[in-house]
Amino acid sequence: MAIMQFREAIRAAMIEEMERDERVFLIGEEVGQYDGAYKVSEGMLKRFGPKRVIDTPISEAGFAGLGIGAALNGLRPIVEFMTFNFSFVAFDQLVNNAAKIRYMSGGQFKIPIVFRGPNGAAGQLAATHSTSTESIYSYFPGLKVVAPSNPDDAKGLLKSAIRDDDPVIFLESELMYGMRGEVNEDPEYLIPLGKARIAREGEDVTIVAHSKSYWIAMEVADRLAAEGYSAEVIDPRTIRPFDFDTVVQSIKKTNRCVIIDESNPFASVSSEVAFQIQQRAFDYLDAPVLRVTAKDTPAPYAKNLIEYYMPSADAAYEACKQVMYVD
Amino acid sequence: MASKTRKKRQGTAVDQAAGQPNGLALQLQVPAKPIHFKQTFETYPAGAYTHEELGLSREDLLAIYRNMLLQRRFEERAAQMYGKQKIGGFLHLYIGEEAVSTGSAWSIKIGHDSVITAYRDHGIALALGMTANECMAELFGKIDGCSRGKGGSMHFFKAEKKFFGGHGIVGGHVPLGVGIAFAHKYREDGGVCLTFFGDGAMGQGVVHEAMNLAALYKLPVVFIIENNQYAMGTAVWRAFANTEFYRYAANYNMPGALVDGMDVFSVIKAVRKYVALAREYQPSVLEIRTYRYRGHSMSDPAKYRTKEELEAKKKEDPIIRLKSYLLQHGLSTNEELDAIDGEVKKEVQASVEFSEKSPYPPLASIYEDVYVQPDYPFLA
Ligand SMILES: Cc1ncc(C[n+]2csc(CCOP(=O)(O)OP(=O)(O)O)c2C)c(N)n1
Ligand SMILES: [Mg+2]
Repeated sequence: MAIMQFREAIRAAMIEEMERDERVFLIGEEVGQYDGAYKVSEGMLKRFGPKRVIDTPISEAGFAGLGIGAALNGLRPIVEFMTFNFSFVAFDQLVNNAAKIRYMSGGQFKIPIVFRGPNGAAGQLAATHSTSTESIYSYFPGLKVVAPSNPDDAKGLLKSAIRDDDPVIFLESELMYGMRGEVNEDPEYLIPLGKARIAREGEDVTIVAHSKSYWIAMEVADRLAAEGYSAEVIDPRTIRPFDFDTVVQSIKKTNRCVIIDESNPFASVSSEVAFQIQQRAFDYLDAPVLRVTAKDTPAPYAKNLIEYYMPSADAAYEACKQVMYVD
Repeated sequence: MASKTRKKRQGTAVDQAAGQPNGLALQLQVPAKPIHFKQTFETYPAGAYTHEELGLSREDLLAIYRNMLLQRRFEERAAQMYGKQKIGGFLHLYIGEEAVSTGSAWSIKIGHDSVITAYRDHGIALALGMTANECMAELFGKIDGCSRGKGGSMHFFKAEKKFFGGHGIVGGHVPLGVGIAFAHKYREDGGVCLTFFGDGAMGQGVVHEAMNLAALYKLPVVFIIENNQYAMGTAVWRAFANTEFYRYAANYNMPGALVDGMDVFSVIKAVRKYVALAREYQPSVLEIRTYRYRGHSMSDPAKYRTKEELEAKKKEDPIIRLKSYLLQHGLSTNEELDAIDGEVKKEVQASVEFSEKSPYPPLASIYEDVYVQPDYPFLA
């Protein structure tokens, strides 16, 4: 175990996998000479050279497609988006080519590729630079979507994603890159995709939250504990496939659920989770499933508005009390 | 010169050089001899033009000087305010590039012609006559900002000026410029659209689609590539197989020209010429070479370039160049120019005070401006 920043854990995963497998390479904007826009790939150009750490022009559609082509032809690319907001100019590559070619070819090809980079809002970056993309990419059969909440998970999940034979969207966060935590240094430490983590056991309410929202959930659980209520916090870690079983098991115990998700609410991860819960655990629910999300608007710039826009610990706390019928 | 370009437009020079006479639907003939493709590109070097030949009066020159200085002082203050956390998010400074914005704005009919640009947009906004108050208040995220605090630094807009924004996705706005020009032509209102973007945007496919569309539909647009040599930390030569961006014009059978962006006279000379062409529905590509003195954004230490390079470029400073010109030609005095600087600084200081006092947008306004429909049923 070592204490690492989130960005260092991601870097460690990439370095280990590149050392393990010649076919893995990293490509993206500013990943090489600049050492990464957010310093995730710091030192990697020096270590692996320009054949395997490749700087690109601002051509997301081009280099995402290049990655998919290389994966079709036997390599295992890691494609970094400076942020996932810019993946939208490569949308066709991701949702048509990465997600569907295996299917359309009747299984002749596989596309072992990871698209990674920061996702979601990160302060006052305004509407185009604040999109949470997990709901969008989870929509597409053929893609897997991972969204870790802490350095250890980031490392273990990214290594699994790189070794996975299917295309994986791996969502990080500018605001978490500096976060420190214990990280398993074993080069064979892998966290399976599709397996949730029960981060905290409890009896009174289940809180489901991934990525940054997970930290809101933990804060709320602390506040509730101080008042004598115990919350069970589940970090799904992978959005697609989603570990509904673990959530349902928990709800059978707590009979209540609050979902915290930074996405916009309409047709989002929280919509699907709530749907699955009512279908699989209807008889166990003592209250409607509630969710705390970003507002149903684009992200504003002004400081007060963006704070209002984001899901807050206060709102999540209130939601928990509401499903527990206490005030 | 103008007539030469007009000839090209009719398809005599360019098309025949490529071995493709106009008017045939199919080109099946493969010539036996190699094809030589020749294209001429105008250049607009620094120090080549006088104010007389541009028809600029002393008053014009002082106004141009003042405008460039306003952009400079505004952004210097903005950088300070960022340090004090009055401004959040990304702040991209235009310092060093002011001749491009001012020269361009002085070459169009503001409010009639249209302008669209990327996120490095403070300079052009002030050049178009937006006030320091509304610009600074936007940076502060206040209700009196030009975008009501919704957009911030990267998203200045001003409908009355036909300024269609500051845009944050590299290259994403370039087809909008073509569409704005399309509407000018559709309405036959004589307007043109200046479409600005950075060297980095040349890496986006959509920019090339936009150029082809403009040339194909003969739209009144001038593509202005603000080549400041870097896209974030990537020097142009590291990102492009062909770094001579004006030459891309030839691929789309448009005229292209290369302009020195450190001299406002060169910019005015060039933009006027190509705006006039655009009014006759001939689109074009201007590569304006310029330089940003600051990092890409406030968090960029700009380690990818040398101090010497920066200092050398600062010697070509567009504001100092115009100042020297004014003094050398006896058109102004140090006292007069210092007084202008004093005025500008006051104006900028006032904008800071204005922005401090301006209220934050009310929380309920988060639901405004999403839709035109006033009673849209948002999810709670
Ligand atoms: C599609 C897209 N990819 C990446 C980014 C991140 N980004 C913002 S500015 C920038 C550099 C752009 O350089 P250039 O076009 O030369 O404009 P300049 O900053 O020099 O004015 C990058 C990579 C973005 N905003 N949009
Ligand atoms: Mg540039």
